[in-house]
Amino acid sequence: MAAITLDSEMTDMKNSPGPDAVFAAKLAEGVFEIQKCGACGAHVFHPRVICPTCGSADLEWVAPTGRGTIYARTVVRRKPERGGDYNVVLVDLEEGVRMMSRVDGMAHDEIAAGLKVSASVGEGADGGPAVIFQPEGGVS
Amino acid sequence: MSLRGKAAIVGAALAGCGEAHGKSAMEITVEAVHGALADAGVSLGDVDAIATCQPLDMLSGLTLAQELGLNPKFTMNNRMGGSSFLSHTLWAAMLLELRLADTVLICYGSNQRTASGKLMTALGLPTYEAPYKPMFPLSSYALAADRHMTQFGTTREQLADVAVSARAWAQKNPEAFIRDPLTREDVIASRLVSDPLRVRDCCLVTDGGGAIVMRRAETAKDHPRPPVYLLGGGEGTTHRDISEMPDLTVTGAAQSGALAMGMAGVKPADIDVVQLYDAFTINVILFLEDLGFCKKGEGGAFVENGGIAPGGHLPVNTNGGGLSCVHPGMYGIFTLVEAVRQLRGDAGDRQIAGAELALAHGNGGVLSSQVTNILGTESTL
Ligand SMILES: [Zn+2]
Repeated sequence: MAAITLDSEMTDMKNSPGPDAVFAAKLAEGVFEIQKCGACGAHVFHPRVICPTCGSADLEWVAPTGRGTIYARTVVRRKPERGGDYNVVLVDLEEGVRMMSRVDGMAHDEIAAGLKVSASVGEGADGGPAVIFQPEGGVS
Repeated sequence: MSLRGKAAIVGAALAGCGEAHGKSAMEITVEAVHGALADAGVSLGDVDAIATCQPLDMLSGLTLAQELGLNPKFTMNNRMGGSSFLSHTLWAAMLLELRLADTVLICYGSNQRTASGKLMTALGLPTYEAPYKPMFPLSSYALAADRHMTQFGTTREQLADVAVSARAWAQKNPEAFIRDPLTREDVIASRLVSDPLRVRDCCLVTDGGGAIVMRRAETAKDHPRPPVYLLGGGEGTTHRDISEMPDLTVTGAAQSGALAMGMAGVKPADIDVVQLYDAFTINVILFLEDLGFCKKGEGGAFVENGGIAPGGHLPVNTNGGGLSCVHPGMYGIFTLVEAVRQLRGDAGDRQIAGAELALAHGNGGVLSSQVTNILGTESTL
């Protein structure tokens, strides 16, 4: 790994909001973007200050294809009167990053590793905007 | 220069395991400290370095110094979760070897069962997981179990057999919290919480505390009980949040185990008795693989049909583990105390005859921090 050099990116960094705030602001506008490293080409999620692959601060925002594959799935079992069951998944995006999410539009028990899914901006459990996935090819 | 055999545990004790009505976490901790000091034949004033980590008290090291009336040269309060105590032993060995301290106390205590009836934690959900409301920490382990089943064909029955083995050991341990019979069918029929994990895949919620005292090997035999030497230790930290774990089927135990066994100069086949942090049944399968007791993907077959139960091919969690003996939030210290008991020959009906080498392994966060210790009797030096 190359030694880290401080470049003009660092000067910009001082005066701009952090990557978490940038991601949240984009999401609030209905836009899902991840970071890409200008130095090594790796995609980065969650949003970070420096690339965890090479240490560069040269990270730019890019739109992912939104396509991904379920890596693992669980279903939180909850009594119907408390809202019922819901699924929690880990999704591997085509860009090579993983994120936690939820799959809508499919029975919980049918969701399994290997399922192809696509992303959209929907609503999280807290009522805020969140990246949600659906089975690719639409709701079954 | 190696730390192999340079420091030893000369005192160990438990306190308040199960239910400790009317006691605070720190009171339980100090009861364990009192027991460990008596066991070691060490006076309180001799302690010159302390280590603890408690779930709710961010400054628990300072609280401990205050409760004990000490002004320690070193106060260690690293917060890696349940693995912290197995890291404390490594730091203790360094301080002792460098003669920066002479007597190190490592301890823990929690009243979570009688105070709240559930896991007490200061942790909230991570920013990028909170919108999906995973159960903390259970869903993280459920995801790891799901992936292991997908990738290697690990079965529901194999997960159950980890809990069944723990219970069989607990039935030999009068101090274990639950000693009723437990079958594979009981586990599989228990309430589903976060697929594929069921209630009986989950550790207990109990009160309890533990403490150990460490000194340099050269003075370790000046104490009443046989010393237990720290032969090796190692750590691995792969992530904090489960969504950031690079591979849910490979934990940092692959690194921590290799480092610990490398320092100790031992291999898995040499180990007589194993104590693993079994917060959930999947943990044991993952750690047995990553520590090298079986190949990756073969942990399910390894634990099946009593493989790690009394009479099996490897004794694992001989006290009954976090699944059946005691689990007050952070279990790491209990792996050390049980290893000490086995190596001293103090383990009663569950004693592994002639045990000379023990492995103790702690897990912190959500499979995030892994710390391994190799401990041995004088004959292993
Ligand atoms: Zn990079």
